[in-house]
Amino acid sequence: MSGLQRGSVAVVGAAESDLGQVAPHTSPLDMMAQATRRALDDCGLKLSDIDGIFSATSQVRLSPMALAEYLRMKPDYFDGTIIGGSSFMSHVAHAQGAIQAGLCEVALITYGSTQRSVSRAAASPREYNYYETPYKPFLPASAYALAAARHMHEFGTTREQLAEVAVAARKWALMNPVAWEKEPLTVEQVLKSRMVSYPLTVRDCCLVTDGGGAIILTSATRAKTLRKKPVYVLGVGEAIGHFTISNMPNLTVTAAAESGPKAFKMAGIKPSDVDMLSLYDAFTITPILFLEDLGFCPKGEGGRFVSGGNIAPGGKLAVNTSGGGLSYCHPGMYGLLVMIEAIRQVRGECGQRQVKDCEVTLAHGNGGVLSSQCTVLFGSDATL
Amino acid sequence: MQSLKEQSPLGVFIEHCKKGELAYQICTDDNTPLFFPRVVVPKTGSTNLEWRVSKGLGTVHSTTVVHAAKDKPPHNVALIDVDEGFRMMSRVEDIDPMQVKIGMRVKVRINPGDDKQPPFPVFVPVGGVK
Repeated sequence: MSGLQRGSVAVVGAAESDLGQVAPHTSPLDMMAQATRRALDDCGLKLSDIDGIFSATSQVRLSPMALAEYLRMKPDYFDGTIIGGSSFMSHVAHAQGAIQAGLCEVALITYGSTQRSVSRAAASPREYNYYETPYKPFLPASAYALAAARHMHEFGTTREQLAEVAVAARKWALMNPVAWEKEPLTVEQVLKSRMVSYPLTVRDCCLVTDGGGAIILTSATRAKTLRKKPVYVLGVGEAIGHFTISNMPNLTVTAAAESGPKAFKMAGIKPSDVDMLSLYDAFTITPILFLEDLGFCPKGEGGRFVSGGNIAPGGKLAVNTSGGGLSYCHPGMYGLLVMIEAIRQVRGECGQRQVKDCEVTLAHGNGGVLSSQCTVLFGSDATL
Repeated sequence: MQSLKEQSPLGVFIEHCKKGELAYQICTDDNTPLFFPRVVVPKTGSTNLEWRVSKGLGTVHSTTVVHAAKDKPPHNVALIDVDEGFRMMSRVEDIDPMQVKIGMRVKVRINPGDDKQPPFPVFVPVGGVK
């Protein structure tokens, strides 16, 4: 059930904070504020125009309050939903609901992390779970490794096919001036890298970087009056499958199989209408699972689908043109940056890596250990 | 419904571990097994729960080998489908972790734990695959 209307709101401002490695003592709030300032400059709105705050970060438990204090804002509406890396796709859905209902008019969604500077362990401390912690899984990597191992067992997916995802991401990253990784990568290099949790090597795992971002949404009517071409929210879908990997009902089917159809139904379009995908690539197995679960290839075919450079530059489907969490930036909860690339592709702002005639993009967020899945479909005014 | 002032689901589970047992619950409405132990049955919301002791046999559903630190040997982490119809995380011991395979038959063994860690179930191979 959804009362959300296709195209009722649009993204009008989008910006990254500084990425990669920031100066000592930088706080996640500094990065949120910097990205917010840049997103305001992007659309021409003032800080005082924002009346809704949506934020989440593992380093600041009560982040909407902390950000409101930092920027001395008095938001009419705020939402600190935190469901891992997909939190920000969820915020888009919630912001759309709030704007439609008149609870706020200009919604800010923002994120910041200094996990590279302070260490991943300090940025995202793990909760003790009697039914998992004694076995010492290296989380989240081991959870994704268990899903990958099962996918390999059931469908014949290979480590080489997993590596193709990392290689494609690296090729895109080499066309993104702000990407962390600057050197080419081969399948063989991925396979021979340090093993983290079999079958995943360190090159099958996302980066550990600092980073943040901000996007600003408002009603479609107001969006038309602002600086940039509006990027409309055509569809959203949220789903939670489980929390811990021991309780994932089926290791090879994620709740993207629920969030995707919800988003497509709302948008009234189908996978073949999508020009570019931004899929949360925490690990090389995740784009494979999401391509299947979102309907871009049959279940079990994901490994073969990504092979032969099919999702790399010049391939048949443009996936993760920023270079993704694997090669561009992965600051802990990466979902906001997943959306920013999909927004910029609709705007035509991606320079060398711009997808031609890009009118519809899909941004898919993943949180926890394949646990929360949220899908957003963006479109240009030509799609309305 | 049991009082949480008297006992907790995990507390009961640990007491069984101390006796060398792998315990789980069933919902007596329809005999559905559930794990991890809870005070309310998932989906139905029923509180008709009873404890059972597993025969301790299961099958490896998935497996990984964790390379945690340079000075420590890699170790196994596995998901086990226990024969009574529930899945749990554990590890398979007494075998090279890379030789733990999906489909391998295993049997429970209770690790005694230590001062900080209460006893917890691990598994060992019993030969055969499923």
